Amino acid sequence: MHPAPSVILFSSLSGLGFGLLFWLGLGFPNVEGLVAFVFFAIAYALAVGGLIASTFHLGHPERALGAFTQWKTSWLSREAWMSVGALVFMGLYAAALVFLNNHIPVLGFIGAAFSLATVYTTSMIYGQLKTVPRWNMSLTSPMFLTISVAGGALIAGQITAALILLVIAGLVQVAYWVSGDKAFANSGTDMASATGLGNIGSVTAFEPPHTGTNYLLKEMVHVIGRKHALKLRVIALILMVVLPVVLLLLSQNHFVALVAAVSHLIGVMASRWLFFAEAEHVVGLYYGKR
Amino acid sequence: MTQLPTSTDKKLGLVIDLDTCVGCHACVISCKGWNTENYGAPLADVDAYGANPVGSFLNRVHSYEVQPESGPSQLVHFPKSCLHCEDAPCVPVCPTGASYKRSEDGIVLVNEDACIGCGLCAWACPYGAREMDPTAGVMKKCTLCVDRIYNENLPEEDRIPSCVRTCPSGARHFGDFADPNSNVSKLVAERGGMDLMPEMGTKPVNKYLPPRIKDTLNTAGTCGELETVSEDATGFLGWLDKALEKL
Repeated sequence: MHPAPSVILFSSLSGLGFGLLFWLGLGFPNVEGLVAFVFFAIAYALAVGGLIASTFHLGHPERALGAFTQWKTSWLSREAWMSVGALVFMGLYAAALVFLNNHIPVLGFIGAAFSLATVYTTSMIYGQLKTVPRWNMSLTSPMFLTISVAGGALIAGQITAALILLVIAGLVQVAYWVSGDKAFANSGTDMASATGLGNIGSVTAFEPPHTGTNYLLKEMVHVIGRKHALKLRVIALILMVVLPVVLLLLSQNHFVALVAAVSHLIGVMASRWLFFAEAEHVVGLYYGKR
Repeated sequence: MTQLPTSTDKKLGLVIDLDTCVGCHACVISCKGWNTENYGAPLADVDAYGANPVGSFLNRVHSYEVQPESGPSQLVHFPKSCLHCEDAPCVPVCPTGASYKRSEDGIVLVNEDACIGCGLCAWACPYGAREMDPTAGVMKKCTLCVDRIYNENLPEEDRIPSCVRTCPSGARHFGDFADPNSNVSKLVAERGGMDLMPEMGTKPVNKYLPPRIKDTLNTAGTCGELETVSEDATGFLGWLDKALEKL
């Protein structure tokens, strides 16, 4: 699948932002006044920044309000509702904390639930697609959720929780890669089932239907960069998990925490780039490609 | 609404005969022509006369080589357009309700005024039947020529999809699969019409007729691998062979 920068930015930034909102909603750290303002400003910048980035890949962003209508069937529509729910409830919770120094736990809990639900609905946009076997796995949602909650804990300064969750997120990430490598073969879809010609003999693409490229090939038959996939996986894992964990164990001052957070975010972006670049859509089979 | 209808009164669709298709791409061109001039946003081309032309099409013809265990390989031309699936995965993913399946005849359509161009429906389709228009920024797909098949301004013989009307070899057939006595239902029953990627669970309405079993002609020497070059030449060629060997 084409690793569009807008979608990588969206899922990395907003995943981290909603992860931070989750912790703030639960009251970790228990802050109020100006400190609370700074924490919520960071969380909103990440979450809303990500959401805005995601509109850049739309053909008609001016019609985006229509995306709230089909929550009964569409995970993308559900994501729109969950994100607005999270931003509204956490906004009320934050306003009470910042301006009134008034902690209203129930608002925070509802906001935290909406924040997690937002990340879950994002993951299901990909996880629901049978056409991309590497995404259509039960590990896709745990991968998004653990990375989001671990990153949130890291920025929220919840050191113990961050250490444990980062390690768990790393393990889930590795498990996702390992089982993902077998997903296409296990899906049972190949050129024989795509063309229905398998019972005659072995099928190869003889002549493509067009001499140039097209939307399908550009969007869904991305073949660049897989050569370095293993190296990128190692880099992603080091930046996302290993380096932040080592830094947190060595020192816990603010500057080190900032370096750990930046390293984590870059690692998540590398992981998300691979999430798209390595994902193969079954339509590639019609072109003799994967 | 993006909820799929539980059943449709008719199941309009196509039968595509892989035995008959000659791979001329006339259906591709007639489809592009009709659907550029009629329903919805025109099918745009970008850099049409330049070095990297790209454009949206609703119908494409692939060609595959199939190599049986023995005997010569076969060339199969393979037209592919929207299969108007009964359980169309492109419909429920749409966040705006722009993508829908009609309960009266089963045609899957896009309401272009509501499409935000997110591309999720194209991701959900295993067949590559949907293409984002490079100029209009909305999703384009086969309409089964909904503006022809019910169009009483056209002569009756033209009230079929443009690709079917155009096909010079009669490889495309249009009809109602819900009617067991329709032309398409009979063809599917007679020729073993098949689904593409049945494991995807999309229940395509369009069916493909597999190539008929080939005659077993004596093909030795004309097809397949060539015989090894003769080792026992005589006369002038034999002398030349020996002379060259000695060099």
